[in-house]
Amino acid sequence: MNWSPTLLSRLTVHSSHFTVRFMAAVMETIYADAFKRFAASLDEPEALSRLRADAFDVFTRMGFPAVKTEDWKYTNVAPFAGGDWKIPDSPEKSAADIDLDLLDIFDGGRNGFTALNVAFGEFATLRIAKDTIVDEPISFNFTADEGSAHFPHLLIIAEAGSKATIVESYASASKSFTNTAIQIVVEDNAQLTHYRVQKESEEVFHYGVTEVSVGRDAVYNATNINLGAALSRHDIELKFTATGGEAWVDGLYMLNGSQHSDTHSIIDHTVPNCTSHQNYKGVLNDKSRAVFNGKVLVRENAHGTDAKQSNKNLLLSNEARVDTKPQLEIFNDDVKCAHGATVGQLEEEELFYLSTRGLPENLARNLLTYGFAEEIINKIGIESIKSDLDESVLNRLNVNLSV
Amino acid sequence: MLLEVKDLHAGIDGKEILTGLNLQVKTGEVHAIMGPNGSGKSTLSKVLAGHPSYEVISGEVLYEGKNLLDLEPDERAREGVFMAFQYPVEVPGVSNSQFLRLAYNQKMMHLGQEELDPLEFNDYLKEKAKIVDMNPEFFKRSVNEGFSGGEKKRNEILQMAVLGPKLAILDETDSGLDIDALRIVAEGVNKLRSDDNAIILVTHYQRLLNFIVPDMVHVLAGGKIVKEGGKELAFELEEKGYDWVKAATK
Repeated sequence: MNWSPTLLSRLTVHSSHFTVRFMAAVMETIYADAFKRFAASLDEPEALSRLRADAFDVFTRMGFPAVKTEDWKYTNVAPFAGGDWKIPDSPEKSAADIDLDLLDIFDGGRNGFTALNVAFGEFATLRIAKDTIVDEPISFNFTADEGSAHFPHLLIIAEAGSKATIVESYASASKSFTNTAIQIVVEDNAQLTHYRVQKESEEVFHYGVTEVSVGRDAVYNATNINLGAALSRHDIELKFTATGGEAWVDGLYMLNGSQHSDTHSIIDHTVPNCTSHQNYKGVLNDKSRAVFNGKVLVRENAHGTDAKQSNKNLLLSNEARVDTKPQLEIFNDDVKCAHGATVGQLEEEELFYLSTRGLPENLARNLLTYGFAEEIINKIGIESIKSDLDESVLNRLNVNLSV
Repeated sequence: MLLEVKDLHAGIDGKEILTGLNLQVKTGEVHAIMGPNGSGKSTLSKVLAGHPSYEVISGEVLYEGKNLLDLEPDERAREGVFMAFQYPVEVPGVSNSQFLRLAYNQKMMHLGQEELDPLEFNDYLKEKAKIVDMNPEFFKRSVNEGFSGGEKKRNEILQMAVLGPKLAILDETDSGLDIDALRIVAEGVNKLRSDDNAIILVTHYQRLLNFIVPDMVHVLAGGKIVKEGGKELAFELEEKGYDWVKAATK
């Protein structure tokens, strides 16, 4: 038979298109069967079951995000999302204490992951009572078994005038799929410190979303550490809902090998006189790749806004790559905004300085890299977590500071 | 002879700045190298410390009889060469004490002597900090980060005290210091001055030499030493200005 080149290539396009459709169909069937079993086991308020069913419909309609979507163009989830994960047959947590009003405003339709998270959600609610000061940090630790998917969903309400610290950590030890969400409401005059530590094994596929609303004169201070996972994506959406709020949304990603980390954040100044600070740093080695996309929105009536955003990246290898896009969208003149991003290597003057003190070049490089990452880790006010992260970072860099 | 510089030609970015410099320094001596802007003072400091951007075109530098130029900057440091920077570099995220302990232990390892653990080192550091009247609060702070000009220079001398070099090059240590800070830094250097080390003071002004009295003064102009003498040469320079030397060399 005589194939003309044009025909051949057209045929190839057709067949690969067919394969994708076919795989998507198989994948949806896997989740559909799992959801049938899951839904049948539910013993919870009708309203919650309905939210789950609606969310699953959304997932069926949307599927997983594809790289042709602007928000996902650098992060291809296809090899992971369609995996044959073991999905829980029933929800782990009792449904009794779920804050349905809060769950109801969760943007499950953001993408296929958030929809799936609600459908299979393992919900837990934490309420910090009005005017209560909780000294001890409150910890949530999540791990998934090998080959399985898990869907934690935390609902945190820091009631008016309260003060607390929460620690959200992920540390699955083997290949698994984390699909997690946290919704946080910081009510008027409340102060919430939030540490999110993602130290999954380097085979894990991690998707997470953080939704925050900050009330009148309230303070939200977040530090997001991303060290693990083969591929991780963290979506952050923070909204000021009353005047005088202040928020820090800081983070560090430190990647090796072929790790991929993607952070997308939106900080939404919808009301006047709020302050936001965002300081994200990245350290990339080997063939790792990072994406930072940070949008700061200052709406028409949000006068007196003070917003700062910075994303600095240190590339330790010629093969590492970062795509960074800090964005300011300002619709009011009476604001103070600053943003910037850098991608660079270690400064020659800094290296020379350390070497004139007798440090061999490799140690000097690693020490400077450690120092670069420390700006973020040093924010962590809990000594045990901080020293644990210090150790992880130093181990990666092969620096021993206790010599 | 501790240091012997012979007919040194060196520069940066293809531009020759040192044009045949000769210098001899013996252990136990303090030498001042004075010169106007652009005479090559900084280039000399950086070439001796091994800055990678500077290239040696020809000539020789012997340190304890060995070719110093063969050694990497960190090797020079472990062999006992120290340079106090004119503009000390900030190292965010690394505490002063961590940094100094690493540096100290690298040197001890090199010399085959006992390294100090954090507690032992802390005691050692406290002792040394007295030399420059430095508050132990500075140990925990990131190296030079947010330090004032005077604090940075004191920190340089603290590093010198901790590392105990055989040859210390102080590159414009007096620049940007008020009189009180200058006095503290100079007193620190005087306490560290001994029969076992040598110090090269690189400076534009005679002011520093009121506090640290040199054994020898060398005047640098156009990339070479054009005049040498005792400490009185510094006063003569102060009085007559550098034009006097420049005119004399033409």
